[in-house]
Order: sequence, then C-alpha cells, then structure tokens
Amino acid sequence: MKSAIAVRGLTKTYAEGSAGVKALRGVDLDVEAGELVLLMGPSGSGKTTLLSIMGCILTASSGSVHIAGREVSMLSEKELPRVRLEHIGFVFQGFNLFPTLTAAENIELMLDLKRVRGPAAKKRSRELLSQVGLADKYDTFPSDLSGGQKQRVAIARALAGDPGIILADEPTAALDSQTGRAVIEMMRGLAHQRDRAVVIVTHDSRMLDFADRAVRLEDGLVVLSDVAEMPSILLSTPMPLGSGLSLA
Amino acid sequence: MPPLARRNLMHDRVRLAVTLTGIVFAVVLIVVELGLFVGFTETTSNVIDNSGVDLWVTSKHVPYIELGVPFSERKLYQVKAVPGVQDAEKFILRWTQWKREDGRTESVQVLGFNPDKPLGGPWNLVEGRVADLKTPNAIIIDEVYKKKLGVEHTGQVFEINGQRARIVGFTRGIRAFTTSPHVFTTFKNAQDYTRVPADQTIYVLVKVAPGADLAQVRQNIVTRVKDVDVFTSAEFSRMTRYYWMFTTGAGVAVLLAAILGLIVGFVVVAQTIYATTMDHLREYGTLKAMGAPNSYVYRVIMEQASISAVIGYALGMFVSFFVVRASQHGGAAILLPWPMAVGIFFLTLLMCIGAAFVSINKVTRLDPAMVFKA
Repeated sequence: MKSAIAVRGLTKTYAEGSAGVKALRGVDLDVEAGELVLLMGPSGSGKTTLLSIMGCILTASSGSVHIAGREVSMLSEKELPRVRLEHIGFVFQGFNLFPTLTAAENIELMLDLKRVRGPAAKKRSRELLSQVGLADKYDTFPSDLSGGQKQRVAIARALAGDPGIILADEPTAALDSQTGRAVIEMMRGLAHQRDRAVVIVTHDSRMLDFADRAVRLEDGLVVLSDVAEMPSILLSTPMPLGSGLSLA
Repeated sequence: MPPLARRNLMHDRVRLAVTLTGIVFAVVLIVVELGLFVGFTETTSNVIDNSGVDLWVTSKHVPYIELGVPFSERKLYQVKAVPGVQDAEKFILRWTQWKREDGRTESVQVLGFNPDKPLGGPWNLVEGRVADLKTPNAIIIDEVYKKKLGVEHTGQVFEINGQRARIVGFTRGIRAFTTSPHVFTTFKNAQDYTRVPADQTIYVLVKVAPGADLAQVRQNIVTRVKDVDVFTSAEFSRMTRYYWMFTTGAGVAVLLAAILGLIVGFVVVAQTIYATTMDHLREYGTLKAMGAPNSYVYRVIMEQASISAVIGYALGMFVSFFVVRASQHGGAAILLPWPMAVGIFFLTLLMCIGAAFVSINKVTRLDPAMVFKA
C-alpha cells in the first residue's frame, strides 16, 4: 500500500548569518490513509518545519517527499500550489478564517479554488457545515463564532477541497479542554471514518488517547515513533471523555 | 469567487474613505487641469474654428492668428478671381484699447468682418443680431466679459482707441485665451479702431465653391497671389493652438499640473491599498497555503483596486460636474467632452491598478509558511 505521505532523509537548514540552523537532520516518516499521527516534541524540535514540508509550503534542503505517491520535493514554486489544492487540507492554531466572509463563504472560497461555484458551492458548503454541526451558522461571520465553532468551520473548509491529507498545527491550542476534545474527536473521525491521513502538531499530551501513532522529534530527529513508546509522563493527563462531536 | 475583495475593502471604512478621497482628489485635479487644457486649446482657435471659411490668406510668415500683418486689399480681388473661390471677404483681428466709463482701460481684440456675409462673424448670439452691426459704431461682445469691460446692457457707449463704440448685442461662451475680450464689429469700424489703413486688410477669408478641390484652390491662390501664405482653417487652427499651448509653455504648465494630480492620486491609492494588503497579509498567506496560485491572490487585490477606481471615479466626476458648471461663468472654461470623461475613467483605473502592483509585489514574495506562525 502506498503511504499518503512518505518522507525520506529529510533535512532542512535555515540560513542565519554565516552559519545555518539545522531544523531537520534526516527525518524518515510514513503516514498512511486512515491514520491519525501526532507530531510532538519541544519547541524548536522541527515539528512545524516538518509539517510545512509535508504540506508543500516549504521546500526541504535535501531528502524526498512523496504525497499520494508523487515525488514533490523537486517541484517548482508554480507547481506546488496545485499539489496543496488537490491533496492537502490545513487546520491552523489561529483558525485563519477570513473575517470578512461568513462561515459559508469561507468554505466557498476553498470550493472556488477547486472550481466549484454557484449553487453547487452553496449546497456543498451547507453540507460541510452540517457535518461539523454548524448548519445554523451558515451566514454567521467568524467574529460571532466561539473558538470551537471557528475551528470547526476551519475543518469544514479544509474538507471542502476533499483532500486525502489533513495537516493541523496546534488545532486545540486556542480552545478550552472540552472544545479541544471535541475537535480532536472530529479529526480522529476524519482519519477513521473518512480514511484521511491526519497529521497534527501538538504539545498537548492529552491528544495521545486519540492518536494512532505519535512521533516525537528532538533537535530535528525522530526519537520515538509510537504511542506505546511515549514516556509515561506524557500519557498521565488524558483529556476527559465527554459528549464530543463527531462527523455526521 | 466569494466577495473577499469587496468585503475587505468595505471592512475598514476609514481606510476606504482615505483611498476614495485620494482618487476623488486625483480625478478632480485631472478633470480641472485637462479640462482647462482643452478649454484653453479650443479658446485659442475658436475664431478660426467658427469662422465658417475654408482658407485663410495671410501675409507671409504669420505664425498664429493674433500676429497677422496688414496687406493690400487689392489681393482680395485677386483671390476672388481665382477659379474655385465661391466667396472671399476681408477680415481684421487686432489688439487695441477699450476705455471703460470709469476711465480704466482694458486690452481687447477687435474682429472686423462683413456683416452681410457669414464669414468670421460672431456665433452664439444671446442678444441682438449680426445685422445690428450695420448701425453706426455698433459692436458685439461676449456676456462673460461684461464686468471686465464695465458693460451692463446694450445701448451703452464706450471708447475703443479713441473711437465711439456702442453695444448692440452679446454672445455667450466666446472666450479669448489672451484675456483680451473679442469685440465683433464691421470691417470698416475695425479699421478705425485698430488703425489699419483704409486700403489694407489683415486676412482674406475664402469660401471654396461646392465641389471644388480645396487643395487645388489653395494652390491656385498661392500661384496667382504674390507674397501671401494660404492655410486651410484646420492648419491655421492647429498652428495657433500649438503656438499658445506649447510655444508659450501655457499648455505644458497645465498638463504638468494634470500629471501631478495623477501622481498624487497614485501615491495615495498605492499607500492605502498597500496598507490594506498588509492588514490582510495573513489571509493572503492562508489563501496561498490553501493552494491558491499567485494569480488568484492578484485578482483579489486587483478587484479591490478596480472597485476603488470605479467608486472614486464616480464621486470625482460628481464633484467635477459642479466645478465644470461653475467655470462656465468664469473667464477660463473647463471643458469636459465625453471622450475625455471616458479617457479619465481608464486613466483612473490604470492609476489604481498600477498602484496595486506595489502590493502585488509584496504578496508575490509572501511565504505561505507564515500561516504556521502564531
């Protein structure tokens, strides 16, 4: 089976003065469809750099990146947006919704990029909002939504492109624990029920309960690659279970 | 596309107001300066353009209409004898002095023509008739210069170069570029007012017979009448316009002011659109991360610039309408012919889109990885 994401020998060096800063020092990682993988590690360990390279918005210094079986590390700046559009959906810590557009219009913007327009786009955005439990927020602007609702709109927007891969950067960091749990359950549903490859960068060890696998980075290297291998201290504070949201 | 450009634009009302103020300012300034340029240009040659003649016979080397030199009126009869000439009339245009009732003097341009023929006479008469000029010492002036010349109504008597002059009518909208008002009168009166000798004229105006070849008639006159130049009305109009607008530098100054308006508008619009772009930089980064190509982001910025241009142009034209209307009662007319209005629209659009390129340059270099920075 082809991995949704496969990276081999990935390095990334940022230029800083005369010396470079090595953010990644040779990372190998596979993420399969239907799998929820956490990227964990201390600040500066290279999590976000790895996520950015897997998301085709940052190029590696060396190594290879395969997205849905296609080598993308050699693609030009002009070709990468097409890969992002076809295969990848992003969920951001700060939601990154367009404040002047309604919830539906935020989703329709993504659909517009995919050339789905007019009544078809409106129908699809309504469906997606229903799937994340926000059918009644169709015409609501982000400023009138709670943090959790904003993140759910962001997830619906990421799904609008029908991507095989969802990459999320600290999606629960700006949310309270209850809402954060609902969001992570939703993302687990995307992996397990919708067969998406979901990769989440997080510092929140409570997410380990919901992950299929956790990858721990330190100083640009993968040091652990399984939940079972995580130190007990990281597993000691699971999120409380409750009536979380799941994808309809 | 969801209305991202329009919403972003309307979102910050203060910035929108600043942008529109800049565009309105630029549009009004361009209308005023270009309108003055067009007005001045038309004014410099209005006597030629409204003369109703085909050819102007002048003494040698006359560069523009105000600089005509007297020549023998025997040439009039030589011209009349040229094949293809339907009619020819003597004509005077010359500066002289007008004395107001309060004793002050003003410079005027006297235009002397044959009131029995419609060649070189006044147009747009609002009071009196051309035939009234056949009464003794009769003159017609434009109503816009009433105040300047101390005129209130017909029947008043003034002095032109020491000779009696009686107002018998008024025209409307016949301005003089030199600020010396036109005074229409008979050829004979004009000779007296301007001290042109009795057997001389300054121009011979020629009407070509229907069906005759203008170039051929002109060549015939050049061949048969010595020591004169012959210009078509279009040529003489162009020469006069060129002299006043470019040789004197008057037109260049007005054009420079129009360009200045364009630059000021460009800078204001560029600055505000750039500031708006910077405010929404994270959104553009998100768009790029979502897979939008640069061209998609450019379209959003271009659309903002275009919307600003259309609204700014409409408001600018609304203000300009009143400015243009008010100018009709002043000494310098601001003209706004529709081709100029259309041209200014595209100029405004170009200005705003050009200004948007500053922002586009910024977005082109935008790293979509910024979206992961909290």
